[in-house]
Amino acid sequence: MMRLVLLLLALAVARPAIAAEQIVAGLSENQIAITANFNGSDILVFGAVKRSAPIPDGKPLQVIVTIAGPPTPVNISRKGHVAGLWINTNTVRVTSAPSFYAIATSGPMNEVLSQTDDLRYRITIPRAIHDVGIAGQAPDAANFITALLRIREREGLYVVTPGSVTVEQSTLFRTDVKLPANLTEGVYKVSFYLTRDGKVVASHHTDILVRKTGLERWLYMLAKAQPAIYGLLSLVIAIVAGWLASAAFQLLKR
Amino acid sequence: MQIYLPIAEVSVNAFLLLGIGGGVGLLSGMFGVGGGFLITPLLLFIGIPPGVAVATGANQVVAASVSGLMVHIRRRTVDFKMGTVMLVGGFVGSNLGIFVFELMKRAGQTELFVQFSYVALMGTIGLMMFQESFRAIRRARKAPDEVRPPRAHHNFVQRWPLKMKFRTSGLYISVLPPLGIGVFVGFLSSSMGVGGGFIIVPAMIYLLGMNTRVVVGTSLFQIIFVTAYSVMAHAIANQTVDMALAVLLIVGGVVGAQIGTQIGFRLKAEQMRILLALLVLAVSFKIGLDLVLRPHELYTIRSVNHP
Repeated sequence: MMRLVLLLLALAVARPAIAAEQIVAGLSENQIAITANFNGSDILVFGAVKRSAPIPDGKPLQVIVTIAGPPTPVNISRKGHVAGLWINTNTVRVTSAPSFYAIATSGPMNEVLSQTDDLRYRITIPRAIHDVGIAGQAPDAANFITALLRIREREGLYVVTPGSVTVEQSTLFRTDVKLPANLTEGVYKVSFYLTRDGKVVASHHTDILVRKTGLERWLYMLAKAQPAIYGLLSLVIAIVAGWLASAAFQLLKR
Repeated sequence: MQIYLPIAEVSVNAFLLLGIGGGVGLLSGMFGVGGGFLITPLLLFIGIPPGVAVATGANQVVAASVSGLMVHIRRRTVDFKMGTVMLVGGFVGSNLGIFVFELMKRAGQTELFVQFSYVALMGTIGLMMFQESFRAIRRARKAPDEVRPPRAHHNFVQRWPLKMKFRTSGLYISVLPPLGIGVFVGFLSSSMGVGGGFIIVPAMIYLLGMNTRVVVGTSLFQIIFVTAYSVMAHAIANQTVDMALAVLLIVGGVVGAQIGTQIGFRLKAEQMRILLALLVLAVSFKIGLDLVLRPHELYTIRSVNHP
């Protein structure tokens, strides 16, 4: 009896979440192993829309896919011209910015997503950066955020590709996301949003685990767990290599 | 061939790293300078994070210096006694420098302090060396038999107490000047983050009057200890030594150092001094230019690792 009540309660709570349209999604890979010759990775993101009712009328269905790397705090410094020299004059600290962020959509940004829903779901890159309280750190704090976006975009870490998601008959969708070679380790969050007329009608989240393997992992762990041994090992390699090269050249000359 | 670096967390071309290591190793073997001043900016340029670049660069300097030193030991052109005296001074100076660096950090603008003193010091030393060696070369052209290395035999240093015999250098002088130079170089290397080969080589030539031949080997000898100390400090405090990056730089570096040492032996002493002077001037000019010219990107970003 108790169990039945709980089940009914759970269903009642879960009910609003079961929308008329749901996302069933998949990834070509949900684990990425960083090996010594890791040179980026292409991920195929695909899915379908599951419906309990016919396709609603109105604007066509749009799809947004985002992949966000592990966030870290970021210091942004700006140089100023002081007494003829260019030196760092201001620094702004952002509490949390994703180390990587890719956003793929099925159409132009202003058509697929409204401002309000962007604010609510934090979908676009400026929204994914938590910049609470930066206004107090510099008079023109917004410029620092623009610089962060510009620099990371240039490094291929922030990628915006409107129109790169193909949607078939408002039901099937797919896109390719290229993960760059300079990935950091951690959990990458993949989010799917279905929108109609700029409003999010359904969303779905999953993770990609990026981690170092083999020698990469071993070196990384040793450096963190046994820094003194790691440092000594580095020195031994340096000294032995230096000695070996000298001995080899000596042999060559004979 | 791309390779992913486990600590730096970037993917770079392995052959490029071999080349950088080789080029810097060549100069290191030729002049007896560590090369940290060259390798750090080069690594930064190819996208290695600053902390990793400094720490791993130091590891490469150890390897290249050992490689060069072995040749000098075989040729008996290392004054171990002189090197040890300077090292003792160096460790005192290093700790002094760390203390001052902390004070500067609290006051802000450490970067400016470092770059500014670098330009001033290197510029002065470079100009003085250039002038002197240029004159020496001209003198050598006029009368090839009368070339003598500049010696500080008749200055007031001769009258200082605690005299010691440095047989390899051919000197009988007070230990105070080399000790003082060691303190000064140690101080600069820990406060400015450079190995100090640049300062110690001219100081040994001009202030102590050591033979240029012995200077390179002796400088390499003391650089090994100073940079090894810095590698350990970085590995323990910041975990920023990237072994994969280091191995690639080292392979290039030790080979380069061997070739560099051979070139160094073939050069005349004054030719070596003028080339080193030009290198010093070029580096200080580049740093000075960076301070004065408007940078392309005014902003720099640095992600802070999890505490």
